[in-house]
Amino acid sequence: MAISEEEVEHIAKLSAFFLSDEEKKVFAKQLSEVLDCADVISEVDTSNVKPTSYITNLVNVLREDEVKPSLSIEEVMKNAPHVYEGVFKVPRII
Amino acid sequence: MRFETTIGLEIHVELSTASKMFCGCSALFGGEPNTHTCPGCLGHPGSLPVTNRQAVAYGIMLALALNCEIAPRSIFHRKNYFYPDMPKNYQISQYDVPLSSGGSLEIDMGDYIRRVGITRVHLEEDTGKSIHVGESGRIHGADFSLEDFNRAGIPLAEIVTEPHLKSPEEARVFLQSLRSIIIYLGISDCKMEEGSLRCDANISISADERIGTKVEVKNMNSFKSLYRALVFEEERQRSLLQEGKTIVQETRHWDESNGVAIPMRTKEEAFDYRYFPEPDLVPLELDPTWVEEIRKKIPELPAAKLERFQSQYSLPQDVAMVLVGEEEMADFFERSADSKASPVEIGKWMVGDISAILNEKGISIKEAPISPQMLGELVLLLEERTISSKMAKEVLLEVFETGKSPRSIVEEKNLLQITDEKELEKIIDEVMAENSKAVDDFRSGKEQALKFLIGNVMKKTRGKANPSLVSDMVRRKLSS
Repeated sequence: MAISEEEVEHIAKLSAFFLSDEEKKVFAKQLSEVLDCADVISEVDTSNVKPTSYITNLVNVLREDEVKPSLSIEEVMKNAPHVYEGVFKVPRII
Repeated sequence: MRFETTIGLEIHVELSTASKMFCGCSALFGGEPNTHTCPGCLGHPGSLPVTNRQAVAYGIMLALALNCEIAPRSIFHRKNYFYPDMPKNYQISQYDVPLSSGGSLEIDMGDYIRRVGITRVHLEEDTGKSIHVGESGRIHGADFSLEDFNRAGIPLAEIVTEPHLKSPEEARVFLQSLRSIIIYLGISDCKMEEGSLRCDANISISADERIGTKVEVKNMNSFKSLYRALVFEEERQRSLLQEGKTIVQETRHWDESNGVAIPMRTKEEAFDYRYFPEPDLVPLELDPTWVEEIRKKIPELPAAKLERFQSQYSLPQDVAMVLVGEEEMADFFERSADSKASPVEIGKWMVGDISAILNEKGISIKEAPISPQMLGELVLLLEERTISSKMAKEVLLEVFETGKSPRSIVEEKNLLQITDEKELEKIIDEVMAENSKAVDDFRSGKEQALKFLIGNVMKKTRGKANPSLVSDMVRRKLSS
């Protein structure tokens, strides 16, 4: 299954990063190969198998509404690349 | 040209659980930024969500109250998009297999009832909150933004209506009715100013049977701004059509201070959310007995209460509507009506003087120093003619000032109406002696003089005498 360069560009945009024309070519080829590889599965006869998104038969895994301790603010901020007055800082949005 | 307006709403309600939707962090509003966070709601790799049972129960309760069908099986999906307030880069939501669907809510527009279809009620999680830093203080023109993830992961119920609303006023009444139901259910505090109740609207205008191009309006944070934004959009679209122009399908942002809905940055590919089933959660297959248990917990809802207040207490419809609109008011009324005093009078005092005082002080009935028993006592004092209605108003103010019971205020201030005829007779005699001219005038046929004499008696008793008793007694004395 072939992925076009336009599709690569679209996916990149959705993922909020930008690719050079050269990279688009490379990823189009690589992603096509990945999909071809996964396509092998479609050779299996599944006409008698019900489609599912879940591989366990579990349902209704619920927890009680109890408050558990949150992380300390030091731990929360530990890996933050940008901090302003102790809060996560991000570049302007628009 | 006659134009038809079509409106559909999408409402988000934060459910008042103790903990978040998929982790154990506190779901309380506010707090120091990011102190209610953990690897789960911060989107750290490797963390796993576990669904909050109470949030599911609240969702079921809301769906049932809106006459929805609970799906025997529903699943969560990932809605993928990039935005700084969403640490996982996807929101766990529900998509094509939601918790419930196919409900309806009837709203009372005064002279007609509008039945509004409820497309679905589903569960999802809230995002974090962005604080924009810069001169504008808004997202446009900000230097940078800060992210507080305390809100990220708080359970949300999303309610989507069918496009059955025909005017901005219907939209406003719908939202108020919905809020009232949710507060009765006790599943959210529905504070629009704190964002625990949020509403987006789709609106289109059409001159014929075809449905017009819809425009989405966001960022309305009060009932008034929902109404104003829709009126603005209705007008804007109408004049475009009248000029023969076409309407662009877009999302607009309501700017309350300037009273305009401005187009938002077009995210041409933003609607490609690439939904897929959340692999870290398992399906919900709700046990019908659990659903029935929840159904039994649904309290009497506003529409039923309105009917009962009119039949049980003989309240006029307008009074009953005001009382039922706020659950606290309705409860206060019922507890007060438990006294010997007339429920109709109690109702009148609540929507009249008491509401006025509450508005002026900016407090709710719950926060007020008056108790239901005190109101019952006040109305009873009035009905027993122990005090006049003018005094009752003064006593009410005094109750709000001091929190003392009406009876003790009346006693303390010596406001008891003078009903003792002997005492009154003495005062009347004094007045007649001091105003012999008026007495003569009356006896020579001047009816006016009677009023003058009664007025003087009232003045002498500082308004504590019962006016009709005084009138009878003075007349009797004059004709003897």
